[in-house]
Amino acid sequence: MSAFAASAVVADLRDRIRQFDGRAARDRVVMPFGVPEIDERLPGSGLALASLHEVCGGGNDAVAGAAAMLFAAGIAARTKGQVLWCLTQPDLFAPALAQAGLAPGRVIYVEAGDEKSLLLCFEEGLRHGGLGAVVAEVARLSMTASRRLQLAAEAGGTLGLALRRFRHLKEAATFDQPTAAVTRWRVSAAPSSPLPVPGVGRARWLLELTRCRSGAAAEFDVEATDAEGRIAFSSRLADRSPATVPWSFGASA
Amino acid sequence: MAEQAGLRVGMPLTKAHALVPDVLTMPADPMADSAALERLALWALQHYAPVVAPDPPDGLVIDTTGADHLHGGEERMLTGLVNRLGASGIFARAAVADTWGAAHAAARFLAAPVCIVPPGAAGKVVAPLPIFGLRIPPETVTGLHVLGFATIGEVLAVPRAPLVLRFGTLIGRRMDQLLGMVHEPVDPLRAPEHVSVRKVFGEPIGAPETIGRYTAALVGDLCKALEKRSLGARRLDLLFHRVDNSRQAIRIGTARAVRDEKRLVRLLCDRIETIDPGFGIEIMDLTATLAEPLVLQQKASSLIEEAQADLAGLVDVIANRIGARRLYRLAPVESDVPERSIQRIPPLAPDDGMTWPGRWPRPARLLARPEPIEVMALLPDHPPAFFIWRGVRRRVQRADGPERIFGEWWKRDAELSAVRDYFQVEDAEGERFWLFRSGEEQQIITGAGRWFLHGIFA
Repeated sequence: MSAFAASAVVADLRDRIRQFDGRAARDRVVMPFGVPEIDERLPGSGLALASLHEVCGGGNDAVAGAAAMLFAAGIAARTKGQVLWCLTQPDLFAPALAQAGLAPGRVIYVEAGDEKSLLLCFEEGLRHGGLGAVVAEVARLSMTASRRLQLAAEAGGTLGLALRRFRHLKEAATFDQPTAAVTRWRVSAAPSSPLPVPGVGRARWLLELTRCRSGAAAEFDVEATDAEGRIAFSSRLADRSPATVPWSFGASA
Repeated sequence: MAEQAGLRVGMPLTKAHALVPDVLTMPADPMADSAALERLALWALQHYAPVVAPDPPDGLVIDTTGADHLHGGEERMLTGLVNRLGASGIFARAAVADTWGAAHAAARFLAAPVCIVPPGAAGKVVAPLPIFGLRIPPETVTGLHVLGFATIGEVLAVPRAPLVLRFGTLIGRRMDQLLGMVHEPVDPLRAPEHVSVRKVFGEPIGAPETIGRYTAALVGDLCKALEKRSLGARRLDLLFHRVDNSRQAIRIGTARAVRDEKRLVRLLCDRIETIDPGFGIEIMDLTATLAEPLVLQQKASSLIEEAQADLAGLVDVIANRIGARRLYRLAPVESDVPERSIQRIPPLAPDDGMTWPGRWPRPARLLARPEPIEVMALLPDHPPAFFIWRGVRRRVQRADGPERIFGEWWKRDAELSAVRDYFQVEDAEGERFWLFRSGEEQQIITGAGRWFLHGIFA
């Protein structure tokens, strides 16, 4: 009896130590991208659910955040349940979200008046626990605020995506400042591969994993989200793999 | 109509007959008037603010403290109120001011139908208004007219003592109330059908924790009362009567009828920080101003399907914090014009599974107004070779289009022949934009053939 009690105490202590040294984070439930090259770089081979992730656009997109938004929408689309989308500027065009796999019936928008109430709504959504993902278009994210959000995401078990939208290009330098987010992504547009006929093919992104807790930074060349919210790895080799079907809107819709 | 013919309120009937021989007259019915005013006050109570009272014979007084942000600010709230009343055939005028007295005078005697008196400027704004606006008996008004006073400003400027000696203390009190030197609480209207609970304290309370504890107790009592009548709360008003005879109020709304104690307590306690207890609170009064039938339902349980999480609680918390109209879902509208293809629907509206047609790519960001750009493009329908937007010149590497969108002639005559030719273009860095040319260059009737940038792709 006493041996059983002792083992329970030891197990409890082990559990607590795992909480302290961040190993618990590694054992969390993850959502793989479905792209082996990206997944093998992430701890647990996937994007940790129940935690906060940061996404920012690169170059001129740091202000508009269009590519970053589609990347976030693709991740949110692959979760289960409703998605809360907090924003301050209502310039988001919902049909694009639908084309990234996020059906209009799944998204609830919150148009907050200022950054402070935006962060409050973000935290509220993460803490609720019934949502699949919460996306917030924030300009500033301090260490304290991101720590709160991270704890809220852990408590609610919800995926949080902070979509950084800077007000001007100069402010984009603050993306280097530390936050409590588990991973941090920068999405920049890259020239797409030419098609054999005139036209525009599937967009291509340079996806930089600039920070990853208990993992290393990495860069990937990817093709933009498709109608199911999936990204694909694009090799810069001269010959594309024969299995790759040229992407078209009609086929996926 | 009646005013144009020269008829005025208070005119002898014979005189009206002389002016308009076939005038239609009806006996005045003050009882029915005051009952109608009370009904109007109840409507305003349910829609605007927790403290509303009729201000007979012809007005309503609404304490909008802490309620305007839920309606998009003071000006939008007033305009909305006046327009809604106008739509139901009531010609209304509205004013917001620091004090009841100033708002009373400004709403009745200022030319603008909607007026916002800036804080602290009540004395200046009401000074040129006639003394009828001072809420004093008609005999006093006549007496002041005999003495040569015409405007409120003139009365405010003279020494108080002789006026009080001649007309009584009311005029002095009204002037103080108008300037905010004497507090004047609005006695809130409550209908007998409202479910209400109340707690009177022997010793005034003030600490937020204490207020929170008693709020929870009151909500418990209210939920029991609601359960007896099979009702659920849609709107709750918690009034705090302070020892200095003023009132503070919290109002919360819910998207669906709720009788869940925990959720209601959470919503009310979120807003306790907005309450200033002053020297203490002696009465707390919780009323369900809007309640709807709520009967218990059995939930279908399935072993296979995962239950959809109930988001009503989250929606209520956010809606009470930032306003219900800032929380929405976007649904498709059958229109090819991009700006018109979206409508806002309530966040908990049933999902009909409709989506936008996915034949053509749509940009992630749509500019509020298309921005004019300078381009070089081959006629008749080639995409641009380069374009200049916000001072940056971009060379187009790849392009797709045109996607022609016709104007909706059934909406406006001007759109009868208007067309837009949309192109998706990619510049040398891989950034993608959504451009359009309005109209064709050859046919002037379809538009000027100018180019605009309308959206940004990834």
